[in-house]
Amino acid sequence: MNIQGWAEIALTLGLSVLLAWPIGVYMSRVWNGERTWLDPVLKPVEGLFYRAAGVDPSRSQGWLGYAGALLAFNLAGFLLLYAMLRLQGVLPMNPQGFAGVSPHLAFNTAVSFVTNTNWQSYGGETTMSTFTQMVGLTVQNFVSAATGATIAAALARAFIANRGEGVGNFWADLTRTSLYVLLPIAFIVAVVLAGLGVVQSLAASAHATTLEGGSQTISLFPTASQLAIKQLGINGGGVFNVNSAHPLENPTPLTNLITAISINVMGWAAFFAFGRSVMAKKEVRALVVAAFLMLGAAGAALYVIESQPAPALVAADVSTTAGNMEGKEVRFGVPASVAWATQTTGASNGSVNSMHASYMPLGGAVTMFLMQLGEILPGGIGSGVAVMVLMAMLAVFVAGLMVGRTPEYLGKKIEAREIQFAMFVVLVVPLSVLGFSAVAAVLPEALAGLLNKGPHGLSEILYAYTSATGNNGSAFAGLSANAPWWDTTLGLAMLLGRFVPAVAVLAVAGALVAKPRLAPSAGTLPTHGPLFIGLLIGVILILGGLQFFPALSLGPIVEHFDMLQFMARF
Amino acid sequence: MLTSIRPAVVMIALFTALLGVAYPLAVTGVAQVAFPTQAGGSLVHNKAGAVVGSALIGQRFSEPVYLHPRPSAAGEGYDASSSSGSNLGPLSPDLIARVQRDADALRSEAAGRAIPADAVTASASGLDPDISPAYAEFQIDRIATARGVPADEVRQVIQQHIKGRTFGVLGQPRVNVLLTNRALDARFAGAGAH
Repeated sequence: MNIQGWAEIALTLGLSVLLAWPIGVYMSRVWNGERTWLDPVLKPVEGLFYRAAGVDPSRSQGWLGYAGALLAFNLAGFLLLYAMLRLQGVLPMNPQGFAGVSPHLAFNTAVSFVTNTNWQSYGGETTMSTFTQMVGLTVQNFVSAATGATIAAALARAFIANRGEGVGNFWADLTRTSLYVLLPIAFIVAVVLAGLGVVQSLAASAHATTLEGGSQTISLFPTASQLAIKQLGINGGGVFNVNSAHPLENPTPLTNLITAISINVMGWAAFFAFGRSVMAKKEVRALVVAAFLMLGAAGAALYVIESQPAPALVAADVSTTAGNMEGKEVRFGVPASVAWATQTTGASNGSVNSMHASYMPLGGAVTMFLMQLGEILPGGIGSGVAVMVLMAMLAVFVAGLMVGRTPEYLGKKIEAREIQFAMFVVLVVPLSVLGFSAVAAVLPEALAGLLNKGPHGLSEILYAYTSATGNNGSAFAGLSANAPWWDTTLGLAMLLGRFVPAVAVLAVAGALVAKPRLAPSAGTLPTHGPLFIGLLIGVILILGGLQFFPALSLGPIVEHFDMLQFMARF
Repeated sequence: MLTSIRPAVVMIALFTALLGVAYPLAVTGVAQVAFPTQAGGSLVHNKAGAVVGSALIGQRFSEPVYLHPRPSAAGEGYDASSSSGSNLGPLSPDLIARVQRDADALRSEAAGRAIPADAVTASASGLDPDISPAYAEFQIDRIATARGVPADEVRQVIQQHIKGRTFGVLGQPRVNVLLTNRALDARFAGAGAH
């Protein structure tokens, strides 16, 4: 560990929040339909979308109508992407000559990109054609992110309304977020990245005769355009198999910083946008502080853990000063790798620049734990802040039980219905993760996919379902997941982890919107001070964390003690 | 949900045209015009104009006159059409045996020297173009002997190719293997057994 390392981690995490502030203000203006400086260019395009689709963007929908539109749009996206994947062999722009993908992989991949997960059971450069990557996957990187944002926009309207009815128009929220927020920022970032060395080519590959006379085929793709939105949309699905560890996808420490910041900046921006839209900046700042404290602690822990002497190096009497370098790139080293791992698992991104499977046992545990907290640090665009607000509602509910008052949050009474829906969200995660993991741990068909045995094998299983349910998409990549069991069950886990919370948040919005907006009274629990931040962190750790502790102790924690025993021999 | 079918179908079609076709093609156009080398994969050519690799992609080197890269789990090693890490867990017997084997081989090459970690660990991509300055230093004597040139001259070439941290904080000091090996060939053209 050294001062440069700490500085690099602090810079990555800190800049994400700082840059998110202005973007959040802008995002809120877009949600509210206020004027933006892109109006002259984008208004006509936006109008064209509404006219062609036959929707009236000014008509506010009830929560059921909003949820129905969200589900219909996602279903249409799923069907289109599924068809593209199956028909890949006959579609154009396939210089690689790849065939259509199998039904189970097409199901898994289509679900994965529609749910903003980007779990990849395939290796990009060996499976997906230029057409699929560009016309299929890139589109979902945008619109699945915008779908997440719509949830937060609707929830914000529910809080600000006084005995209102509608929560907004899904089509307007979707279109405006995609056109005004994601597209321009992604375009700028993509061009900058291409200038810094990220490949952006329509050719399939380049052929080289190496200095020693061997031959090397170098896969190429239109990478920068997909990379920019894969990060900014908190999707995470790389063009190449090894994602952002690939030198053509992440060539330098500078591209690494830009793309690592891009992982979280839009998630934090959605927090700030929510705060501005509900006129509760102080309260939302408390949510950001709580989330950032947890994320920072995790980042520091990862740096310490990955700098420890790795067992294989100690056994072979190799220098351990560089830390655990298996599965890490020299240009990044430990600090840039763990900064990324913190960002990507705290957000529901899932891109990687180092291989989490080769992390120290407790390093793997930290990345899993970050996902198990519910993908709220800061999670996906909008979906993160929405679930965080549910956590805050649970926190005021717990506080309300202690002092015997009806809890309030952001000017609305929190009653039984809201808490019931919040508990749906809290419970669906362990139900899916632990339920599927328990079956997979005893099913020969599932176990056949594991690369590592023993506790690390259990970690591969646990990580996979945690990642899928959390809509993260990163992996302990030793798992060979492209088999019917894994593709199907991980697909179901992604659907549960995406649409149960989405519909539950909209149901909460539907309940809140009809309530009167209250002015805070002397009996209202202040929800912006250190006391509340502490309470909120406690609720998140207990609800999100403790449910998984028994499972983690059989995987990475057992492995940690195995490691201590192994190290005692040297 | 039924009333949402038409907007859903029309919207996904329009988004596909805009975000799946227009956006990537626009980025490709701008990038290919403004940064043709970078957007094309940072390919490196020899004097005859033939592609010898990419400055960003590691390649296999086993001759003693060259800097050797890190172990690679991409295909059969440095297969740039099939990137991969080893994904072995920290206590995997396969990993421990592989590191031991590679460390023993290096020790026979330069006995008594500390072996840097990157020399015996597989990178995340399997295509890592760089090694640490320590691992480059470790290989100087072997390269000098094989080329029949003074070690200090080899060291000079390598030191010119050490890249420091960006802005003093980002990333790690490193040596690009392909570019350094090209420079070695250029500097010691005709020398040694090569």
